[in-house]
Amino acid sequence: MILAVGLNHYLVLSALIFSLGVLCMATKRNAIGILIGVELVLNAANINLVAFSKYNAGVGDGHIFAVFVILLAAAEAALAIAIFMNFYNTLRTIDVDRGDELRG
Amino acid sequence: MDDLAFYIFAAVSLLSAIGIVASSNIVRSAVCLLGTLGGVACLYFVLDANLLAVIQLIVYAGGTLVLMVFGIMLTSKSPWVGFRATRGQVAGAVLVAILMAVGISTLVLTAEWSQSANAPLKTSPSVAEVGEMLLTDYLVPFEVASVLLLVVMIGAAYLARTEK
Repeated sequence: MILAVGLNHYLVLSALIFSLGVLCMATKRNAIGILIGVELVLNAANINLVAFSKYNAGVGDGHIFAVFVILLAAAEAALAIAIFMNFYNTLRTIDVDRGDELRG
Repeated sequence: MDDLAFYIFAAVSLLSAIGIVASSNIVRSAVCLLGTLGGVACLYFVLDANLLAVIQLIVYAGGTLVLMVFGIMLTSKSPWVGFRATRGQVAGAVLVAILMAVGISTLVLTAEWSQSANAPLKTSPSVAEVGEMLLTDYLVPFEVASVLLLVVMIGAAYLARTEK
């Protein structure tokens, strides 16, 4: 038997993906692993936006918002990886626990 | 049909997300991220958000993920190098994550939404309508976003350059 899918299904799925993203950010010591966790969290937020848009009045506000979230995620990833490359050039590692100096 | 599709793609997204967290190897995490992004894109199709699904596939799966793989290659001597958090840190993080998942889920399930929670409205905006909204009602954020992308491009190139 398949339960009929409603708004709550999407919201719970989004909550689970969000929690996994937070878990990823907390447990990875590789800086890029933390970035992957951030992407998971942003995707969870996007699922919420689109689901609310579908189950609400049918206007596309949620879609527009989600487009901007994807745009910001791409911009953030580009900057973060530039910073990580600087980090690696300075410390010769990508382990975030080693970056504990204000001036390397 | 839509219900079955939801369950399949939700399972793909969730299992890939679990794979991201569980694997200690960063390359495997990146490949699992592809599964999550693809699954979420398919969920957008199920939700009638066609434009968003295509943008998700092009920008995320095609752009951001490739950027991350490049980042992995440029920042490690071997892609198979792994760092592990200590057992205590992992236990604490898992506890917090479970509390968050349970807390948000109960909050969401007990909330009284003002809108129809079970019957989707039939009029989802088409690609043309979303595009028109971007260039009329949301023109200012759209233009600000283009300036932001330019700033990010210059900033990333400046940060990533090698100093002589």
